[in-house]
Amino acid sequence: MTAGGSITTRSTPQHVDKRRTVRIGPLSGVVRTRQLLLPVVALVALVLISAVSIGRGDYPIGLLDVLRTLVGAGDQTQQFVITELRAPRIVVGALVGLALGLSGALIQTFARNPLASPDTLGINAGASAAAVAVIVLGGGSSAAAGLLGGLGLQVAALIGALLTAFLIFALAWNEGVDGYRLVLVGIGLGAVGYAVVDWLLTRSDITDAAAATVWLTGSLNARTWDQAWPLALALLVLVPVALGLSRVLGVLQFGADTARALGIRVGRAQATVVLVAVCLAAAAVAAAGPVQFVALVVPQVAVRLAGGSRPPLLASALLGALLVVGADLLARTVLPVVLPVGIVTAVIGAPYLLWLLVRGRRSTT
Amino acid sequence: MEGTRPVTAVLAQPERDTEGTPRVRLAAEQVRLAYGENVVVDSLDLDLVDGSFTAIVGPNGCGKSTLLRALGRLLRPTSGQVVLDGRPIATTPTRDVARVLGLLPQTPIAPEGLTVADLVARGRHPHQSWLRQWSRDDEAVVAEALSWTDMLDLADRPVDALSGGQRQRAWISMALAQGTDLLLLDEPTTYLDLSHQIDVLELVARLHAERGRTVAVVLHDLNLAARYAQRLVAMKDGVLVASGTPAEVLTEQLLDEVFDLEARVITDPVSGTPMVVPVRRLR
Repeated sequence: MTAGGSITTRSTPQHVDKRRTVRIGPLSGVVRTRQLLLPVVALVALVLISAVSIGRGDYPIGLLDVLRTLVGAGDQTQQFVITELRAPRIVVGALVGLALGLSGALIQTFARNPLASPDTLGINAGASAAAVAVIVLGGGSSAAAGLLGGLGLQVAALIGALLTAFLIFALAWNEGVDGYRLVLVGIGLGAVGYAVVDWLLTRSDITDAAAATVWLTGSLNARTWDQAWPLALALLVLVPVALGLSRVLGVLQFGADTARALGIRVGRAQATVVLVAVCLAAAAVAAAGPVQFVALVVPQVAVRLAGGSRPPLLASALLGALLVVGADLLARTVLPVVLPVGIVTAVIGAPYLLWLLVRGRRSTT
Repeated sequence: MEGTRPVTAVLAQPERDTEGTPRVRLAAEQVRLAYGENVVVDSLDLDLVDGSFTAIVGPNGCGKSTLLRALGRLLRPTSGQVVLDGRPIATTPTRDVARVLGLLPQTPIAPEGLTVADLVARGRHPHQSWLRQWSRDDEAVVAEALSWTDMLDLADRPVDALSGGQRQRAWISMALAQGTDLLLLDEPTTYLDLSHQIDVLELVARLHAERGRTVAVVLHDLNLAARYAQRLVAMKDGVLVASGTPAEVLTEQLLDEVFDLEARVITDPVSGTPMVVPVRRLR
């Protein structure tokens, strides 16, 4: 380290580092190439994989035909198969991944803990307990109850998730929320939620138990526009709010004291971040069940690809969508049995994160 | 257009009162500070006048860090109030406070992977908005702050890869970039070896002398406190025991009373300030 040295004459430097700056009128900001490029690449990949995924199935449609139909120039059969049967599944998958990726990025940045996510915070557990209660206790013993209760199930899961989130917040609040405390409270409540699920499953008959188990792994099967629209509307509100929080998050990640010293109203900012993250997770879990690992893994993957000190929000959202749609494609085509998407996201996501961690450690030591 | 404003205007010395007696910038008025039921400080008064350099000293657990947190509005007094420039700090918008009053918590944590430049740039947060995230002013002030603390060459390094002394310089650089007249530092020399303690305190002293910052710092080392600060404030059990120049405060009697320490006080051969030579612990 250079000592105090010559104090008197120093020329004033005009540039801080290699960052590129954009200034247009009153607007100004810093452009980071990797952070700008990653969402673009993810979006292109998402569109391509979605198109491939739409074409695959019992009635295969070529990639060009898919794209032609999507712009409204396909024949009627293809039109029906694509817009009514297959597109809802892909759209729900993409939106669920988007919500989970964004939710995970928000929670991990705020809690300053890469292990924090809707999975570990017990939000999925709360949603699961409510949904399984509807499947097991709510009328009918056939698998049809799951289908009939479609919307009812969604609402129950949403209520379960929000209720859990409220409890976590109430229990973790102590003149602001400490990230560590939030995670601990979440783990505790998660255990309670899954205990309720287990208790319900032991009391249910075999068909209900089977339906509940499929829901619990997170699945895109039989998803229609009925699930897509509410989710899309929720995201239309939540995503802009979440992206708008980016600047505040950059300061919140220093911890409460430094953030307050820099003029942030910490309690209010924390409450907003957690509320938005929880609503995103709740909307996702209501539409597809608790798709594991996406919210946990995607932000960590995104931050390693984009660089920087925290998960980039937009890239996390798009990579989340890419992971879920990609996993669903694999689940439907490559594997001999059709698996729920949640199993595939866990199987792809977890090893990829491990690989990144191992590689990261090597590069720094 | 703001871009044309010279850097010196942003970092210039604050205007002094021409009346003679310097005005009070930050004051604790009859504050009572508590964590839950546990009252740490009770009905304490303290004034920080414009352009002063104050060191708060006292034994562990005496409430000095708690007092500093209250002065920096990180802790709300259960009674009494903190007043910044004549206005209760609790009712002043926190963003307005952040443009006048900077605060460096004890051992602050930088997120993993954050570069020095990004850390120092964060100091501009109270001056930025969603649309105006990196103005020419911001860039000039941050560059100046980095250069002034000799951190410009390390600007692209992650903060977590720095040594303890460099890291503390980076944080001070951030506080400088915040551009506040007042600066509160909570034990900025913790975990540093002696030469880096001197390095950090020299930097703070220059902030005071060259930039005209009003500084209050919590320090453990009495000899360093006496050497750098103009005014010492000694606390024990949440009570302000003595306040004055280092020579007035650091007496053998006070060391006995406040620190339970038998000691000789001699003159520091380098700075001429009082220097404590401990003999033994009393009681």
